[in-house]
Amino acid sequence: MLIFELPPFAPFLIIAFIVLFTRGRVSSALMLMAPIWGAFNLWQINPQTVWQITLFELQLNPFRIDKLSLIFGYIFHLAAFFSIIYALHVRDRVQQISCLIYTAAALGAVFVGDLLSLFICWEFMALSSVFLIWSRRSQKSFFSGLRYIVYQFISGLLLLIGTLLYWHKNGSIEFSHIEFQGLGATLIFIAFGIKCAFPMLHTWLTDAYPEATPSGTVFLSALTTKVAVYALARSFAGSELLIYIGAIMTCFPIFYAVIENDLRRVLAYSLINQVGFMVVGIGIGTELALNGAVSHAFNDVLFKGLLFMSMGAVMHMTGRINGSDLGALYKTMPKTTVLCLIGAASISAFPLFNGFVSKSMVMTSVLNQEYYGIWLALLFASAGVFHHAGIKIPYFAFFGKDSGLRAEDPPLNMLIAMLIPAALCLAIGIYPNILYQFLPYSHDYSPYDQSHVLAQTQLLFFAALAFVWLNIKGIYPAELHSTNLDFDWFYRRLLPSLWSTLINKIFFVDRFVRQVVLNRLRLILLIIKRFHRPNGIFSNAQTISNMTLSIVIILACYLALSFI
Amino acid sequence: MSSQLPILQVIIPLISAPLCLIISRPKLVWLFTLIASTISFIISIILIHQVMQSGTIIYSLGDWEAPIGIEYRIDYLNAYLLLIVTGISSIILLSAHTSITAELSHNKYVLFYVLFLLCLSGMLGIIATGDAFNVFVFLEIASLSSYSLIALGKDRRALTAALRYLLVGTLGATFILIGIGLMYMMTGTLNMHDLSERLPNLSESRTLIIAFSFFTVGVCLKLALFPLHWWLPNAYAYAPSVVSAFLAATATKVAIYILLRFIFTVFGIEFSFSILPLQKILLALGLVGILTASTIAIYQNNVKQLFAYSSISQIAYIILALGMNNSTGLVAALLHLFNHALMKGALFLALSAVMYRVGSTQLTDFSGLGKSMPWTMAAIVIGGLSLIGIPLTVGFISKWYMLIASLENNLWPVTVLILLGSILTGIYVWRIVETAYFTTNKTGLNHIKEAPFSLLLPTWLLILANLYFGINPRFTITITKLTAQSLGAMP
Repeated sequence: MLIFELPPFAPFLIIAFIVLFTRGRVSSALMLMAPIWGAFNLWQINPQTVWQITLFELQLNPFRIDKLSLIFGYIFHLAAFFSIIYALHVRDRVQQISCLIYTAAALGAVFVGDLLSLFICWEFMALSSVFLIWSRRSQKSFFSGLRYIVYQFISGLLLLIGTLLYWHKNGSIEFSHIEFQGLGATLIFIAFGIKCAFPMLHTWLTDAYPEATPSGTVFLSALTTKVAVYALARSFAGSELLIYIGAIMTCFPIFYAVIENDLRRVLAYSLINQVGFMVVGIGIGTELALNGAVSHAFNDVLFKGLLFMSMGAVMHMTGRINGSDLGALYKTMPKTTVLCLIGAASISAFPLFNGFVSKSMVMTSVLNQEYYGIWLALLFASAGVFHHAGIKIPYFAFFGKDSGLRAEDPPLNMLIAMLIPAALCLAIGIYPNILYQFLPYSHDYSPYDQSHVLAQTQLLFFAALAFVWLNIKGIYPAELHSTNLDFDWFYRRLLPSLWSTLINKIFFVDRFVRQVVLNRLRLILLIIKRFHRPNGIFSNAQTISNMTLSIVIILACYLALSFI
Repeated sequence: MSSQLPILQVIIPLISAPLCLIISRPKLVWLFTLIASTISFIISIILIHQVMQSGTIIYSLGDWEAPIGIEYRIDYLNAYLLLIVTGISSIILLSAHTSITAELSHNKYVLFYVLFLLCLSGMLGIIATGDAFNVFVFLEIASLSSYSLIALGKDRRALTAALRYLLVGTLGATFILIGIGLMYMMTGTLNMHDLSERLPNLSESRTLIIAFSFFTVGVCLKLALFPLHWWLPNAYAYAPSVVSAFLAATATKVAIYILLRFIFTVFGIEFSFSILPLQKILLALGLVGILTASTIAIYQNNVKQLFAYSSISQIAYIILALGMNNSTGLVAALLHLFNHALMKGALFLALSAVMYRVGSTQLTDFSGLGKSMPWTMAAIVIGGLSLIGIPLTVGFISKWYMLIASLENNLWPVTVLILLGSILTGIYVWRIVETAYFTTNKTGLNHIKEAPFSLLLPTWLLILANLYFGINPRFTITITKLTAQSLGAMP
């Protein structure tokens, strides 16, 4: 049907342009067509295709395709497909178009071959995705979106500066492995790090994702961080620093996730946690580890999408998302409950679910490279994931205390959308080779050996036990209405309060100084007036003797000065 | 005939004065006075031409040679001052008839013209003569007639003001006489030219220093330098408007002429500025005068008094420029002599128009005049702008030269203070503008009409001169530079 090849992002952009002029069911149908057309196009493309543009003396390479980019391309199409189905009922033109452009930009980023083109896609991702947050159309989401876009722009700016410096130093802007030395590379690394939600640079994610629209969050969770993971895998594979960063990323969100009430924010924290596993894999840098990272990214899109969709469905049907407001929804939302449980099992890496087959690759590679401390941290993180994502999410939403809510299962399109990743989760979990054949490096690996399965099952069992015990003892942190701030406390609380304190001080000093100066001025003016007003000393009609006196004084002065 | 011009200049108004008494019909007397003054004006123009062409004119009175007889010397400075005085007096006389009919009682009209002509001839005599004692004589003529002119004022306070001026002025004249007497004692001559030759040999003499001090203080009293200014405000405020205009525009200028003549010609620059601390005194008194008088002006409620204080501050500007002791400063002082005469003449004439229609010059009576007397108020606004020193007016030219002079001497604090003085000037001018244009008349005096043409014409002649010489100052700058050169201040 389509003979000519298009770059992968083109179908989405074309559809987005057409959607601009359509409405209702037509635009829904068109949107559904976009990932199908895109996937077909991608499947058709000759893997050796390379497009080049020469801009001044720069060799731009807006389209390059290899196995690493291809797997990300597939999962993005897949994610776009079920996310669009999930959002079929949405009639918001802004969301429709921005999600298409967002996907197109993410696809573009994955298939570019130079850093400048990457920067352009980077900025387009930021610009289009923020509308998915603002589409919630609440004041909270507006400010969250603002903070989000500021972070994204800082990232883009660092990428641009880094690219220029890197170009200046190396004479090339090829988007491939980057030697981690020099300011340029560091800036690029930080730019990727911001998008990848490195610890302390992650706050935009947990801040903004839960504030987006239910369907918008699904897009966001699938694309931005995965593009960053791709970029890291492309440029900084094997950087040891990434191992430690990744390990921290897997661990620290657990604590926040446990005390967080907003279930979508819990998922956002677990997203960072999962990305942490990928970052560790990239940091290890062996073929197995990279395969693990990439496949985990693939699986994460599936199960995280599924979880976000199930929570979105709950939110869509009940209008609430806080754990403290929900509970016992399984009675009226059985299908959603089952789908959510599949997602929870996948993220917790139960054997036979897809999380297991990719996470175990990362864990094995860590052990192979003898990072035992990291391995323990990852084990802890795995238990933590099971706690907050595997148990907490379904427990507080669908089981737990009865909230009295009696919401129905969501509309059919949402159920279908959730069914697709759920099915894939199981399918990949059971036949890992479905996934493995797409991996960038051919590596013979089988996840289902005795030690893996046993270790993971034990881990999960004891983690579940701990949750039950903590809950029965009442030690488990209660679900409370609150806004939990982590690192963003620094700029959302500390900086504003410092700022306002400073401003108050300045105002105070300013007012004081002005008061003093004004008082002095008033006094001076009063004195001036006293002497100069009509009948004042200077302007009074002096008596003749006084006048004579002044003449004599002046004469005396003259003479005195003359004779000195 | 043309060789007799220097004396004709003085003699014509002097003789016209008693003739006025014979004519005795006010309107005719006015015309006669106007003609006499205009003739003097024409003579002064011819004189300045002659000076420009053939240099200094020396005229011996009655053909008696200098040491014995009295000599008239007309150089650039004299010619320039003669031009100012006769020009201003002629223009002011244009308005005199209308103005005095409103402000003087009927039986004093003729007397007014007699005194006016006497005063004029006194001033012209001071300027024209080359004899030191003759200066004193003419000064007395001018002073006595101006005391009487002030006393003509309708307000009864005019009498006390005139009396105070009389007493203090006499004191000043006495000081001048003491100075001249001491000089005569030392040198044995009264001729300025001879004095200027003999005095430098005596520069060590204490007597000479005392002579100089007495003389300068006396003159400073006459020109109302700041701490000696007390007589001036009331005298100007309560005198008839025409008299205020005439005296404000000319009398102080003549006093400054005497100062210039004696500092530069008779005593010499070296003696005045090097041996004596004249520079410090003039600078200090000038600055204090500018700021204090301007500040007092801000608080005045009577506009005539306000402009009287403004005159004191403007004179202080001239003194300050003199105190710079450089050629640019002297040029600035000479420029401001002319320019201030134009401004103050115009402003006081505009006030005479207000006095004619409103009957008062209290600031509160100015409310709403912007509408009812648009031409008069426009004249005050332009005159005020000139006073401040806005570009395109004469005020700007002389202020500009003063600023340059102060910068040439590296006296930048003085520069700042000059500008501050301009701001203060802006404030008191603004008070008038604000009252005239932005407040409405509460008393409901809606019947006030624009001033008659005979008052507007001279006012606007001077205002246009303000603008003309502000835009095209070539004449004034040329003549003042030549004057400065002839005084020896210019290389």
